[in-house]
Amino acid sequence: MNIAVEMDDISQSELVNISEAGPAPKRIVAGFGFWIFLLSDIVMFSALFATYAVLVKATAGGPTSAQLFDLRNVAIETAILLLSSYSCGLMSLAVDSRHHLGTAIAAAVTFLLGAAFLMLELREFQGMIALGAAPQRSAFLSAFFTLVGCHGLHVAIGLGWLVLMMVQLSIRGYQPVVVRRLHCFSLFWHALDIIWVLIFTIVYLMGVLP
Amino acid sequence: MTDTRWDVAPGDRPAIPASEQKASSGLLVYSIGLLLAVILTATSFWVANTTAIWAPGVPAGLAVLAIAQMGVHLVFFLHITTGPDSTNNVLALAFGVLIVFLVLAGSLVIMANLNENMAHGEMMNVQVQR
Repeated sequence: MNIAVEMDDISQSELVNISEAGPAPKRIVAGFGFWIFLLSDIVMFSALFATYAVLVKATAGGPTSAQLFDLRNVAIETAILLLSSYSCGLMSLAVDSRHHLGTAIAAAVTFLLGAAFLMLELREFQGMIALGAAPQRSAFLSAFFTLVGCHGLHVAIGLGWLVLMMVQLSIRGYQPVVVRRLHCFSLFWHALDIIWVLIFTIVYLMGVLP
Repeated sequence: MTDTRWDVAPGDRPAIPASEQKASSGLLVYSIGLLLAVILTATSFWVANTTAIWAPGVPAGLAVLAIAQMGVHLVFFLHITTGPDSTNNVLALAFGVLIVFLVLAGSLVIMANLNENMAHGEMMNVQVQR
């Protein structure tokens, strides 16, 4: 009964002007709201990037960026994160077509690649600290660990979110609210990759230029 | 509901008429995005390591490649397009880019200016001492 009434409303309101059509569906509102959050997150990262750019020469006699960074490690991290973003895209396609096995496999691949990225990054941090290049060594290193560590923290939060979503999906199935959250997760994961593009360009590649 | 009366959500592929939509079109979009991103990333790493390019031009080249790759990610992964059903998303993005630009450019200009003035002051001291 209710559904019939709703269907009727929709077919009628399709003729109506957009300004008279009433509120947009929740999926669009939620996606747009999350997009605003992502943009605010990117604004926060821009402050960290500005800090890093100002402090990059302030090494206080300690190790410089060209001495510390290993581009091969960064290239591997970049490839892993890019593939993770791709498999996240495939996951959202599988969710859209309600393909259970595809969703599970793509989510597992996304999680494993993200975890591998995080492990490589933590190993890099560990190696730097072992060399005496800890965050408290110089303003440059403080800014470096804050910027790259903040991105790593986002990846870690994303991994936790992905696990949570898989648990929800297995318990509640493809309910609209779960699909909406999965949609927001894939936006989050793609946005992290965009920030990583800036990090590997500005921090690493420009950092090793002579 | 096939009508595009509302803007699409960010991440939604733009509404295509059902007759033109194939099951594999989404996969194709992500694969093209991956291919372009791989090419741009590989070019970035090559540009940073090569000696074939005039050295002072390398940072500008890297910046252009990074901006291009962010565009690729936005269009092919986040599906933020210039279509009429994506106006709200693009406007929000434009505002975000404006704020990012103000924060970055403002900080860098102010700090460079401060540095310059301080260096200038030191030089004046040196001159006075001499």
